Amino acid sequence: MASFQLELVSPEKLLLSRKVEMAVIPAAEGEMGVLAGHAPMIVALRGGVISVREGGQVTEQLFVAGGFAEVAPDRVTILADEATPLASLSKSEAQSRLAEAEAAFSAAANETPEKREAAMTRLLSARAMVEAALAA
Amino acid sequence: MPSLKSLRLRINSVKSTRKITQAMKMVAAAKLRRAQTQAEAARPYAERMERMLASLGASVVGAPDAPKMLVGTGADKVHLLVVVTAERGLCGGFNTNVGRFARAQVRALEAEGKTLKIITVGRKGAVYLKRDFASRFVGEISFANKKRIGFEDAAEVSAKISDMLDGGEFDVCTLIYNRFKNVISQTPVGQQLIPTPLPEAAADGGALYEFEPTEEEILARLLPQNLGIQIYRALLDNSAGFYGSQMTAMDNATRNAGEMINRLTLNYNRTRQANITRELIEIISGAEAL
Repeated sequence: MASFQLELVSPEKLLLSRKVEMAVIPAAEGEMGVLAGHAPMIVALRGGVISVREGGQVTEQLFVAGGFAEVAPDRVTILADEATPLASLSKSEAQSRLAEAEAAFSAAANETPEKREAAMTRLLSARAMVEAALAA
Repeated sequence: MPSLKSLRLRINSVKSTRKITQAMKMVAAAKLRRAQTQAEAARPYAERMERMLASLGASVVGAPDAPKMLVGTGADKVHLLVVVTAERGLCGGFNTNVGRFARAQVRALEAEGKTLKIITVGRKGAVYLKRDFASRFVGEISFANKKRIGFEDAAEVSAKISDMLDGGEFDVCTLIYNRFKNVISQTPVGQQLIPTPLPEAAADGGALYEFEPTEEEILARLLPQNLGIQIYRALLDNSAGFYGSQMTAMDNATRNAGEMINRLTLNYNRTRQANITRELIEIISGAEAL
């Protein structure tokens, strides 16, 4: 099967850079499966799980809290705000973050729409983190 | 001529100083290596971010409702300087260089009739600039109790800046820090953050991207992230530069201490010999007189 270069970088380091066959990324408007030869796109990511497929099997699953992805026919670059392998995700940390995000969201109720939206995005990302941690 | 005892004490004290500076140099070297790896690890993200921004920004910059962070407020009245320095001293001219550079900038901008606001990151810069410009201070951030700087620290700084931008508190934002060239040379630079200078699109950057969600929405999220990244890079450069500078300073101090010890030892031996010779003369002339 045709493969493409997948790069996953967080501000602190380069997490992944290798040839893969398929990557499923949590785009802002729904999960998106990317194969080689995809049309060029720039997408925003929401909190969710990136799955990498090689040889017909899921070989890697990472949780990202948000970020961006640049898709080109021969490569995909994911700029993640924060990425953790699913296996090392901690349930308690996810839950405390969710509680924090919920508090921030209710505190932002009277703020500007942009602020509310930012808080909302954080809340959704925290929810996705808890889900991912529970599933792992 | 100093007595033998005082010379001996002096030599011992310089020796222990040398031990300390030597140890500090080793520690700085180890930390420098760590800071450099960290700075290198951050580079891929910054590069990719730049590429994405180049292909995005060009298409939006002409639009009438382009985000403020990209095009600025349109005015050029109030300047915000973010000055990044180290938390500690004993690092040669590292902090002074940034401070002097920042001071020159403030003077130059004020001479043009602009209003200045200053935020310092790092304790030393605050101390240095407060002396002259205390009235322009709008914030002080210090990471003195952090062992390692992470991206969330930079995000904290950038959140403060973008809050101020939303509040219309400044028009232009410039970041001043020591750029890490190599271990012995760090140069203070001023980098404009807002309005965001757009990186040049690559020559083959003509690829037409689809955007999801819209360009504006992505840009609205990408810009604050980019701000954070620029600051993160400055913080990492700053810490690598600090350790580099400290290492050089401590190396010099160790060498100077060594020279001083040699000089003092020579002096000590000379005095000792002079004493012996004098005693001999006294004994011999005493014996002759009998």
